[in-house]
Amino acid sequence: MSTTATTARTSPVAPPRPRALSPARTTATASRVLRQLRHDPRTIALMILIPCVMLLLLRYVFDGSPRTFDSIGASLLGIFPLITMFLVTSIATLRERTSGTLERLLAMPLGKGDLIAGYALAFGALAIVQSVLATGLAVWFLGLDVTGSAWLLLLVALLDALLGTALGLFVSAFASSEFQAVQFMPAVIFPQLLLCGLFTPRPNMHPVLEGISNVLPMSYAVDGMNEVLVHTDVTAQFIRDALIVAACALLVLTLGAATLRRRTT
Amino acid sequence: MMNYSPGPSETPQRTPDAPAVHADGLTVVRGTRPVLRGLGFDVPRGRITGLLGPSGCGKSTLMRSIVGTQAKVTGTLDVLGLPAGHATLRSRIGYVTQAPSVYDDLSVRQNLDYFAAILDPGRSAADRRREAVTRAIADVDLGSRADALAGNLSGGQRSRVSLAVALLGTPELLVLDEPTVGLDPVLRRDLWNLFHTIAAERGATLLVSSHVMDEAERCHRLLLMREGEILADDTPDALREQTASETVEAAFLHLVDEAIAAGDQSRKESVR
Repeated sequence: MSTTATTARTSPVAPPRPRALSPARTTATASRVLRQLRHDPRTIALMILIPCVMLLLLRYVFDGSPRTFDSIGASLLGIFPLITMFLVTSIATLRERTSGTLERLLAMPLGKGDLIAGYALAFGALAIVQSVLATGLAVWFLGLDVTGSAWLLLLVALLDALLGTALGLFVSAFASSEFQAVQFMPAVIFPQLLLCGLFTPRPNMHPVLEGISNVLPMSYAVDGMNEVLVHTDVTAQFIRDALIVAACALLVLTLGAATLRRRTT
Repeated sequence: MMNYSPGPSETPQRTPDAPAVHADGLTVVRGTRPVLRGLGFDVPRGRITGLLGPSGCGKSTLMRSIVGTQAKVTGTLDVLGLPAGHATLRSRIGYVTQAPSVYDDLSVRQNLDYFAAILDPGRSAADRRREAVTRAIADVDLGSRADALAGNLSGGQRSRVSLAVALLGTPELLVLDEPTVGLDPVLRRDLWNLFHTIAAERGATLLVSSHVMDEAERCHRLLLMREGEILADDTPDALREQTASETVEAAFLHLVDEAIAAGDQSRKESVR
């Protein structure tokens, strides 16, 4: 009885807050995305296991040269979350667009920021699990030799995951099918992978390519990882790299928000 | 400025007699093709208005315009006293698209829980939300499948989940795009009974599209559309009387023939 009394009193004054970012709606969205994933345990298993298996593989590929494993392994710890989150987000938002649920949500009092932040929160949480396992495995079991703190590796990995979520959200606006969305992976990620300094230090590249690599965010993710690898403390260089990756993620998220249209033709 | 809930009582310019939807010179262009050509009509409050016409005549575009998801809308279109697409309307309109728009990888209840949390967020509203979800599931008669994944349901069941989402939050205006397509006769009858209950007991306005003419008989008013224009706007009885037809279907065909004849006439005149 008491509940009906309170409802009657509060409902006429309950403010609908139509615009701004609403934490309640954001967390509702995040938990909905995680619930969807929970019905798909195979995807979760793949997301979490593949980076670990790859690191294991890499460790024994470079069995004779542990230094190479150190540098490539650390870079990969930053690259994995970016790629996984890019793929998952681009497909998830594409589904949201094609199933009509996006149109329905945007016809409801949901802010675009709520939707994007909800996705970023859910996939960010998953990225933390993924990165903790991969970093833990690399540092404690595969003998990845980092001079700095493993927490800093984790921080960069998380920022990379956010960047991947942002890029995935953005490109999904330009894909009209799952086929196209998957093809954006080589288009957006591979050039960055080649130019980020994973295969050869960036100063060794042709000046034009080095110039391009200077404006691609993944380069800074890898630079940041390498800073942690060789320095004990948080260097100014590391802070700069982390800030650049974070700023890129925010920029692309904003661009992604602009692709969510309430009115469509 | 739009920080409060404009309950029906607080806004003086909206008298109960004001139409739920008012359109004048409403035009929508998709690409270069005009899909709606200068429509003018009113949808009365608290009644069920049927939107009928062959597929491709612009029914869905009109509904999307009313809900505020259609781009390139010109002319006047007022919904519940506000211009269509106004931010505060989003919590006052329930909209069901033609294809069920629910998450296939969530259960029926999880789908409703999420959309309820968007409409009525916050921990303090949890009890109210639980009630709303339970009522919506009961409304569409899916109580026995509440914990099944939406993707595992039949087509008709999935469209009922989609309808249940629109019933959350007790909307003042329900815009339903072909809600009974693919349902068996018993379910269709039950849903139409539900629509009448919602109109009568909750005072909601319903705009229901269909291309099944026998459903027209169950509406209070009809808008007959053809090729982006409104052929007729009247009660089913008046339409039958006016065209001396037995059924609404015959009345519709009569009006279409008239429109075609008039079109031929004007074309001949313009050639001359």
